Amino acid sequence: MTDVAIVGMAQTPYRRRRDDANFAELIYGVTCGALEDAGLEIGDIDNFITVSNDFWDGRTISSMAVQDACGSSFDGGRNVSTVEGDGTFGLLYGMMRILSGAYQTTLVVVHCKGSEGNMRLITSGMFDYIYTRPLGIEATGAAALQARRYMDKYQLTEEDFAHVSIKNRGNALRNPNAQLAATLSLDQVMASKPVASPLKLHDLSPISDGAAAVVLAHRNVANKLGRKPVWVKGIAHCSEAHFLGDRDLAEAPALRDAAFRAYQMAGIDDPFAEIDLVELYDAYSYMEPLWFEELGFCPKGKGAELIRLGATAFDGPLPVNPSGGVLSAHAVLVAGLARVIEAALQIRGDAGERQVEGPVELALAHGINGPCGQSHCVVILGE
Amino acid sequence: MSRSAEENIIYEGRIRMPYTWAAGETSSYFLTQLRDHARLWGTRCSACQMIFIPPRKNCPRCVTADTNWVELPSRGVLQTYTVINFSEPLLQPSEPPYIYGIVKLDGADTGLTHFLGEVEPEKLRTGMRVEAVFKKKEERCGRITDLLYFRPEGGSGL
Repeated sequence: MTDVAIVGMAQTPYRRRRDDANFAELIYGVTCGALEDAGLEIGDIDNFITVSNDFWDGRTISSMAVQDACGSSFDGGRNVSTVEGDGTFGLLYGMMRILSGAYQTTLVVVHCKGSEGNMRLITSGMFDYIYTRPLGIEATGAAALQARRYMDKYQLTEEDFAHVSIKNRGNALRNPNAQLAATLSLDQVMASKPVASPLKLHDLSPISDGAAAVVLAHRNVANKLGRKPVWVKGIAHCSEAHFLGDRDLAEAPALRDAAFRAYQMAGIDDPFAEIDLVELYDAYSYMEPLWFEELGFCPKGKGAELIRLGATAFDGPLPVNPSGGVLSAHAVLVAGLARVIEAALQIRGDAGERQVEGPVELALAHGINGPCGQSHCVVILGE
Repeated sequence: MSRSAEENIIYEGRIRMPYTWAAGETSSYFLTQLRDHARLWGTRCSACQMIFIPPRKNCPRCVTADTNWVELPSRGVLQTYTVINFSEPLLQPSEPPYIYGIVKLDGADTGLTHFLGEVEPEKLRTGMRVEAVFKKKEERCGRITDLLYFRPEGGSGL
């Protein structure tokens, strides 16, 4: 499919805390950056999607608080709609708006300041108030239950997961936007502070502040712009059961479904052979092999082995998270759109020091939302 | 605008938002049975025969309300667990370390997330048999925490 393209993009550096800017100021920065990247002006945008979460922002209808900054009030006000979920879901919604025929262009903006609220309390708020939340469980405790189940089912070890952190924090050394970049040793990861067994400090992504923006355009517009368009060739979003106990946490059928649909749309038969680069949502180290397997790149339980063998390394046959991934910067909601931006930059050849060797003609970006990856969005980008 | 602030003002706030959530017909039955009899009930879908706990008014798979109550034994198998070591006093029910697990009660098709107790973390194994320990009747108040925790079957491992 070559109906809708990414024609402009921008992201902030991801940092532990940005006291110098509020949400709107972050959004204004990436709005200007994405428009400049596209060679468009605010008046050229006829549709806006804002992505945010009320609990993180500490106010209701948080999406509406960035209207002034993203330009949706320009010229008496343009169409604006909102998504509470990952930035990739905003991309999907924006693309659907263009495919409806009513709009030629869409600006998708997303922001999150993880530093300003209490991450544990906020993520506990996603659970039901009768059976789960009274236990005090939150995102990391739930993720730990998933990590243990995945290890037990496929005979994986904590060392297997440690190699993900080593790879991605190492990749982040090339990415000036990353928050945590380091040359880690296996011993350092294994000796890091226990958080929720089997997860240790270096298995976790950081708390981050940041924002990102993408300009989408219909092919009629995209083909007239100076910049090489990055086509959204396939996209799908699927979700599964909410109660943790309803799921086999070692499996992610929603991701399998979303990947199948996105591959079908993009005409992909053999993802490992056809896709050149992957940016996926590794909020915790174990998630990278788990999602990688469900994306159909290798059999179940074999993802960790491929990482150890270097198949997904920066200079491997299929680089996964050459940006450093979410383990190196995790502005919640923003992180999925950041995966899209990183993949699109690689296709354009604009990834700077983190540009992988060899042509990137087809790339996959992935976003999640909800406990233990309850919902997934898979995006296939191409030349 | 080019002038940057001489200092960054940080505005402290706190949202306190009381709610009175209706547990609903299905969970009200579950919670009153837990409170009054220390019994755990699931719902069985008449179409697919799957037994769900927590119970649902409708089967989430078949989306039919043709479901029946099934009493479940208060014992089952540990599917996964984690020992919580981080501290967050605003959220946590007790001082860490403490243990969460997902337990599939015998006969149920889904697992119940809850605490594990009376067990050394090193003795925990996926697949081990566990049983529920309830609060004393006079202390039970119709909350999921009327079930205190699951412990190794046959009594304390300590």
